[in-house]
Amino acid sequence: MGYLGTGTLTGTEPARAGGGAERPRLGWLRRLAASDDARRLGACVAGFLLLAVMTGPEGSSLAPTSGFSGSLLHPRVFAFIGLGVGLWALITAKRRYGDRARRLSEAISAAPRRLLPNRLARYGIYLVALAFAIVYPMALSQFWQNVLVDQIGVYVLLALGLNVVVGYAGLLDLGYIAFYAIGAYSAAYWTGALPVHPPITLNPFWAIPLAIFAAMLAGVILGAPTLRLRGDYLAIVTLGFGEIIQIVATNLQSVTGGSSGPASVIPHFSVNLLGVHYKWGLGDLPYYYLLLGFVVVILVTFHALEGSRVGRAWTAIREDEVAAESTGINVLKYKVMAFSIGASTSGFAGMLWASQVGYIDSTLFTVQLSILVLVLVIFGGMGSLPGAVVGAAVLQWFPWFLRVHPLFGFQPEDLFIYLGALLVVMMIFRPEGLLPSRRRKREISLAEHGEGTADAMTEPEGAEP
Amino acid sequence: MSLLQLVDLDVRYGAIQALSAVSVEVQQGEIVALLGANGAGKTTTLRTISGLARPWKGSVLFAGQEIHRLPPHEVVGLGVGHVPEGRRIFPQMSVQENLEMGAYRRRGNLSQDMERVYALFPVLKQRRRQDGGTLSGGEQQMLAIGRALMSDPRLLLLDEPSMGLAPLVVETIFSIIEQIRSSGTTILLVEQNAVQALQLADRGYVLENGRVVMADQAGVLLNDQRVRAAYLGEGAA
Repeated sequence: MGYLGTGTLTGTEPARAGGGAERPRLGWLRRLAASDDARRLGACVAGFLLLAVMTGPEGSSLAPTSGFSGSLLHPRVFAFIGLGVGLWALITAKRRYGDRARRLSEAISAAPRRLLPNRLARYGIYLVALAFAIVYPMALSQFWQNVLVDQIGVYVLLALGLNVVVGYAGLLDLGYIAFYAIGAYSAAYWTGALPVHPPITLNPFWAIPLAIFAAMLAGVILGAPTLRLRGDYLAIVTLGFGEIIQIVATNLQSVTGGSSGPASVIPHFSVNLLGVHYKWGLGDLPYYYLLLGFVVVILVTFHALEGSRVGRAWTAIREDEVAAESTGINVLKYKVMAFSIGASTSGFAGMLWASQVGYIDSTLFTVQLSILVLVLVIFGGMGSLPGAVVGAAVLQWFPWFLRVHPLFGFQPEDLFIYLGALLVVMMIFRPEGLLPSRRRKREISLAEHGEGTADAMTEPEGAEP
Repeated sequence: MSLLQLVDLDVRYGAIQALSAVSVEVQQGEIVALLGANGAGKTTTLRTISGLARPWKGSVLFAGQEIHRLPPHEVVGLGVGHVPEGRRIFPQMSVQENLEMGAYRRRGNLSQDMERVYALFPVLKQRRRQDGGTLSGGEQQMLAIGRALMSDPRLLLLDEPSMGLAPLVVETIFSIIEQIRSSGTTILLVEQNAVQALQLADRGYVLENGRVVMADQAGVLLNDQRVRAAYLGEGAA
């Protein structure tokens, strides 16, 4: 803007003086508009104004312009303008006191490690968290117990699986929910709920390995050819795969029941083994504990994987694939491994969910859901197990909290607009995610020792001279 | 018997012929330099040896064994270490972890090899807990070489180790290359810096448009009028 304004002048002294004389009253406005602070303020307020108009009870993301029929002097609009100004103030503060803010954020990240210097203490915290996760849900209402299973528990599982693909191996999978669908349909098939019947009808509990295997097989079949290619292709292929699975599920009505779902109900889990009989019924708590058990097992497994040779290979591939290849890592093998571990976790989540809800149809498995899980992982901190759990729990809990206590006229359909805004804000203030992985810790120690001196090209973020 | 033998290699990238009928031989214990302008096919030659590119025709023999159909990780396992163009260290891993990655295919105690690398590059020992990405260009090059050495290679492929480095640093790195050779590792060196490469090497090959146009003792090439004109920046007169 400023460039255009002065660019039309020739730049010689008389011309500049003449231009100044013609518009003496606009000078301050131009200077203001040219100042970075003002431009950022304008952008923040405009962004939130747009958000206010497009969301909420008066407008909606489905019919954005309908918001204009209502009054623009609605208190909600002012609340959003206030949020915009608040964001601007935070950005300005970050620019001005950026170093201090970064140190504070690093201190917060490092706090758990400083408070819990040894392993034993950390395991203690995990045990306390686990005890809390066991006891607390008993005190919740039926509604929240249901949210805990269908909306939080299943998504924690999904986020943990995608974290292996995206966070560990650095592969962008945009069709992740396809494997969830495969798991769900496997559950329906093996329990005899689909119009086509299996050779033997199983209880969903015994269909778990079959569902996991189906999803894993799909992951290998899709991954083996496409993972040879560079990253962008994988994103495109998986995006297409997600669409294909949903369209097939919709159109193959005689097999899947299509968009209205199969007529019969997918039964609940039950166990009848070594004299132990148990049936998971309509209540949510038993499913919650089943989920919790699996999540704990998966957490322990993935944690062990992360620190193993496999995990180191993934890190190397994520950081530089060519270098990984020339140090002797079988890149394709480890990429397929990560991809199919993610796929089978997703399939497992799908089968669990299908059996708990008892019903599936093809409209559930949208691309949006794939994106949502990706957002959960990015929000929590890519490559971090606690990040995936907490990120998924917080982001999945919050919309339901807003549903019960509507702030600013929150409408559930607007969820993705808010998630987008949240990610934008997060990329400004905490791009590494809520609970980032150990890499962050190293940057901190680098900065503390002041060893980060390097040439200008590779100036480290956390380094001080 | 020669340690490495490239026989009549043709390599194509789609319709582009990158190498035509390239034959190169490297004897055990030698330093051999591959010279040539940008796009002459030097990097492609190294990539073909280490399995990152596939030949259209011809073969690569390492210690008498055909290796041009093997995937890169198996070639590393046979004893070919590749220091890729542009260093390509792992930026978020510490120096120590980078070196450990170099030994990925090996098992057992690596501390002796680690000490050997640290003895060659004392600066890496000082910085062993520092992230690779925070090192200077010269240190990154040293780390890349050290990482390749950790695979305990019989043949080390070096792709432009002097690229973008200050003359003093280049000198250090070249003297270390000499040390690596004297400890028994054979070296195939790709360089644009022809004078220094030929001063270090025993023999040299000159590539032009994907063909070997000259092959001789390093001393002979260094004094050859055509080489001097084309790669040493001297007038043909």
